[in-house]
Amino acid sequence: MVTRRTWSLSNALIHLLLLFLAVVTVLPFYNVLITSFADPASVAKQQFYLLPTSFSVSSYQMLLNGSYVGKALANSVLITVLGTLVNMLVTSCGAYALSKKGMPGRGVMMTAIVFTMLFGGGLIPYYLLIKSLHMVNTYSVMILPVAVHTFFLIIMINHFRSIPPELEESAKIDGANDIFILFRVVLPISKPTLAAITLFYAVARWNEWYLAMLFVNDSKKYPMQLFLRNMLIDVTKSRRDDMGADMVAQLSQIYPDGLKMASVIVTMLPIMLVYPYLQKYFSAGVTLGAVKE
Amino acid sequence: MRTKTGLIKRMVEYKYMYLLVLPLAAYYVVFDYGPMYGIILAFKEFNFSKGIMGSPWIGLANFKEVFELDEFWLAFRNTIIISFGRLIFEFPVPIVVALLINEVRRAGVKKFYQVVYTFPHFLSWVIVSGIMVNFLGTFGVLNQLLELVGLQKINLLVDPSHFRSLIYTSSLWKDMGWGTIIYLAAIAGINPSLYEAAAIDGAGRFQQMQHITWPALKGTVVILLILQVGRTMSSGGGGFDQIFNLYNPAVYEKADILDTYIYRRTFALGSSYGTSTAVGLFKSVINCVLLVMTNRLAKRWGQEGIY
Repeated sequence: MVTRRTWSLSNALIHLLLLFLAVVTVLPFYNVLITSFADPASVAKQQFYLLPTSFSVSSYQMLLNGSYVGKALANSVLITVLGTLVNMLVTSCGAYALSKKGMPGRGVMMTAIVFTMLFGGGLIPYYLLIKSLHMVNTYSVMILPVAVHTFFLIIMINHFRSIPPELEESAKIDGANDIFILFRVVLPISKPTLAAITLFYAVARWNEWYLAMLFVNDSKKYPMQLFLRNMLIDVTKSRRDDMGADMVAQLSQIYPDGLKMASVIVTMLPIMLVYPYLQKYFSAGVTLGAVKE
Repeated sequence: MRTKTGLIKRMVEYKYMYLLVLPLAAYYVVFDYGPMYGIILAFKEFNFSKGIMGSPWIGLANFKEVFELDEFWLAFRNTIIISFGRLIFEFPVPIVVALLINEVRRAGVKKFYQVVYTFPHFLSWVIVSGIMVNFLGTFGVLNQLLELVGLQKINLLVDPSHFRSLIYTSSLWKDMGWGTIIYLAAIAGINPSLYEAAAIDGAGRFQQMQHITWPALKGTVVILLILQVGRTMSSGGGGFDQIFNLYNPAVYEKADILDTYIYRRTFALGSSYGTSTAVGLFKSVINCVLLVMTNRLAKRWGQEGIY
């Protein structure tokens, strides 16, 4: 690699391009931030270009005084914590069993799982299924139907397969059963992988809005993402019948842009907080996931 | 007989494993295979009071009804166009960006770019649509800049003629960085001595890219291409989330894909469940066929394929 620095014009071009992409990526965030912190009058007049012309926290005050935000945030936290817990339990237990090549029926199960990646029932059968399970308007509808992501499952299976079997064998000789071995021997030495998958699951749970939109009509159970979505688009047109009268009243007023952007920031905040940790696991996760079954 | 008792013995040996896999199996049976049973609705006249089983069979009448709708063909056409658009405009970008990042020598700078580019991937399309509205809306930054230089304002979000470019650029903005990761990982696996040998033989930067980096990337590119083609009828990964959160009645003619069409048919327009299921089945079958076909093609070309 010694001679690769020679052509400096191409170096300059590469850096220029990459820097341009970085600015394009960051600029929209920056703009959301200054809109959320601008005072309402200047937002209304659109008096800012690249530098903020005013500073105010009134959008955030307005947002946090609203009766629905606190509830929506609490719902999102609840769903994220419980949902991730369910995700991790079901995925890691299942993946451990499926990592054992000798288990009879394992091949059939793997084929059945991979098949779900190719073919599915579609929206309407899914909708009718959830309805017939009486999960409409429950918190569990935002947790159980997404209890496993096949992609993360395959990552976990590959991970467990990479653990040297001697570890488990010696525990077995001491009389331990598989469940004991999983929780006392295998999981404790799998902390980095578990941490990575936990973070990825947690982000997915925090970002969940689709199931809530389909199956949760009770505005008291709205997660933050759905609350934000309703704020961003004029839901009074499309879902008026599904909402309580007070919610409709609250939504019919047009939300000021500053308020909208403050809620974007609030909804984004948890992701920003875990991002540094997530970032550590990128390539490990992606390359492991790319390994075929 | 001997093999049978052997099998039972092995199953008993693995009894705790079956216990561990039970919740997972239940999940797939209920939430993935459960809806597959509902597919028969595509061939039935669905009646709420009679349920899926009790509703009368009507053969292919649902399909016939759907195929006669202009809106269906519009959505079908849009789906195909947007999918091909993604292949042309979106698919190559992460490859190019990964190659560019790979040319950056300083590890810290390399990392900086990756960290910045990847962040938007972790936001939901709900959040991203909020960011886009703020940036591109009538009073957004883009229009302020256009006004500043004396050009006419455009609202990309309600302008059908620009909406598809908005779809491509917004998903590039969101997922370009994430896409580069897998390519960078593949590049990282290349033996550095190959580059040294090439450099000694007098190969320049682009020749090295062409003869060392690209051949190492090709397998990954093919696999991702197969997966992308397999998602054609969903208009690429995350097609529904993106379009559903960005579109509005003003741009339906250019933006409505089969997934969003099915949703609106059923929940906004109140169409029959039977016909909506038929559209969904039509979509899934084409997807599945495309995936199997491209995988076979890839194998014929001497690539690995996904199964």
